[in-house]
Amino acid sequence: MTDTPIRIVLAKIGFDGHDRGLRMVARILRDAGFEVIYLGLRQTTENVVAVVEQEDADAVGLSMHNAQHLTLAPKMVKSLRSAGLDVPVILGGVVPDQDIAPLLEAGVAVILGPGTSAEDVVRSVREAVTSRS
Amino acid sequence: MANDSEANNDRQAWQDAYDRTPLRDVDFETMSGIPVEPVYGGGPYPGQYPFTRGIRPSMYRSRLWTMRMFAGFGTAEDTNGRFKEILRNGGTGLSTAFDMPTLMGRDSDHEWALGEVGRAGVAIDTLADMRDLFADIDLGSVSTSMTINGPAHIIMAMYIALAEENSVDRAALSGTIQNDILKEYQAQKEYIFPPRPSMRLITDLIRFTAAEMPRWHPVSVSGYHIREAGSNAAQELAFTLANGFAYVEAAIAAGMDVDDFAPRLSFFFNSHSDFFEEIGKFRAARRIWATWMKERYGARDERSMLCRFHTQTAGVSLTAQQPEINVARVALQALAAVLGGSQSLHTDSFDEAMALPTEDAARIALRTQQIIAYETGVASVADPLGGSAYVEWMTDEIERRAEDIFSHLHELGGGSILEGVYAGIDNGYFVGAIADSGYRFERAVNAGRRIVVGVNEFTDGDHPSDRNLLRIDPQVEANQLKRLADVKQSRDESLVRTSLEQLVTDAADPTINTIPATIKAVQALATEGEIVAALETVFGTYVETAVM
Repeated sequence: MTDTPIRIVLAKIGFDGHDRGLRMVARILRDAGFEVIYLGLRQTTENVVAVVEQEDADAVGLSMHNAQHLTLAPKMVKSLRSAGLDVPVILGGVVPDQDIAPLLEAGVAVILGPGTSAEDVVRSVREAVTSRS
Repeated sequence: MANDSEANNDRQAWQDAYDRTPLRDVDFETMSGIPVEPVYGGGPYPGQYPFTRGIRPSMYRSRLWTMRMFAGFGTAEDTNGRFKEILRNGGTGLSTAFDMPTLMGRDSDHEWALGEVGRAGVAIDTLADMRDLFADIDLGSVSTSMTINGPAHIIMAMYIALAEENSVDRAALSGTIQNDILKEYQAQKEYIFPPRPSMRLITDLIRFTAAEMPRWHPVSVSGYHIREAGSNAAQELAFTLANGFAYVEAAIAAGMDVDDFAPRLSFFFNSHSDFFEEIGKFRAARRIWATWMKERYGARDERSMLCRFHTQTAGVSLTAQQPEINVARVALQALAAVLGGSQSLHTDSFDEAMALPTEDAARIALRTQQIIAYETGVASVADPLGGSAYVEWMTDEIERRAEDIFSHLHELGGGSILEGVYAGIDNGYFVGAIADSGYRFERAVNAGRRIVVGVNEFTDGDHPSDRNLLRIDPQVEANQLKRLADVKQSRDESLVRTSLEQLVTDAADPTINTIPATIKAVQALATEGEIVAALETVFGTYVETAVM
């Protein structure tokens, strides 16, 4: 381990405007010493991949509140991998329990559901990153 | 003494007004048979300026609040079926939820629409979808509520065009369109154009409805989303009323008389879990609005001073853990809304932390309102908490905090609330203040200083495997895409082109009302996305500065 802070890109893909959760996670991670690259709303998968590459980020955090997670989260994993980027994808938001297994199967590293504590957010992002390096 | 005679006059005036009001045919007595008065305590009484105690002298004795449940899913035909069922069951109010692409002003075949079409509401691309949505429904005899903001003028134009096709006079149309763009930049984030051109479109619709559709409510100024995004109660109240003042200033600046449009403005608030704080908020809302409308904006018509509002329980307070206990949360929040004098109410379903509500959960939510209305007795007495030292103090305190925020916006805007609101959007004031409050709450929960039952205390008893959630048939999306392709195939392209060109010309001239050209464009079957794209050539597109 080095002293370099973990760099994480946080974004919402597409139309969904529910950004309360993403902002919350951004502040939790910032206060825990992470370097947060906050892209905010209306991003595309391609744009997020480009930012991860340019910023040499260690992780991607997506937040979804509208049942698109089954399409968009696996797409993000696939796009990162085809760009040669082996960074974990962390998904937060409203994800029904029965969707968790298929998402993990598709390569999503961690799913943070409603009510996750700040400590759990920090710990799971840290673990997801360190388990790869 | 002068005060005594004034108080007697207030009481007599209230009594006279009350005596003129028809009442519901029920016994106003307790379960044990004790008769109760319509109001207790002192004046100003319900129905008297500044309306702290309610907008009507008899409140729920005459008419209960409207139990308005918000719904919409799938294609226009699916929702039409639901509408007809509501009408068959004696309902007269239809409430429409639109899907995300429609709310964002984009068509179902937009690349971002994949997986979103018909999911969170009905998909409307063209006038043809609107025909399906309201097929076999007499638009002249129903009241329709449409929850849409960025492209509200386009959806409104479709509704007007449909009425014309059905030979219904537009003056007979009754209903509400949310059309509140300011809170989109502050909280809900469903914006399209930048703030100033968006305000132009809203002012156009206010002018159009004031002149031609006297029964229509052109703006529902909404604090609900501000609260859901994380604000506290005083911020919800202050930002919402400030947005209301901004619409009033914009319409006055466009040459309208305040009493020509203000009676048609309505409000939409959240009812959260802190019981007395919420009741104080609702009472303060009425007092502030009445005072400002009269004192600052020169309203003379009493109807311009009435803060009429719809309330919805706090979706954000619902927990995914032990979801059944949300029924209790919703009941208490709904009770606060009723004790606060709401004109209509939507109660959330207990399963909404996970997905759109199932039919069973939505039924329990409606039954909760019916228990409050028919079993608890709270509807017998207007403003039953008025005069409580705590509730009166809370009302004053929330008002004081809201006035501090108005002073800040007033200063930001160099004496104009409208300019202050624009400035607060530009400099991130609203977004930052809302995020700060939300973060403060989350930290308190995390530190265990604030208990959320089932989340950070009393966590036994959660059974995730038992959950039965609503799923939307993926076939909906395929059907809608085919529908849109068919419409595009069938229409006269040159007519679409010329109508959009006319709209662009009108939009470029701020003295022209854009609504007539928008009606022409939807009649030519231009899609919502095409109309938005045409307007973007004049107005530009809003991009939020990403601040965490």
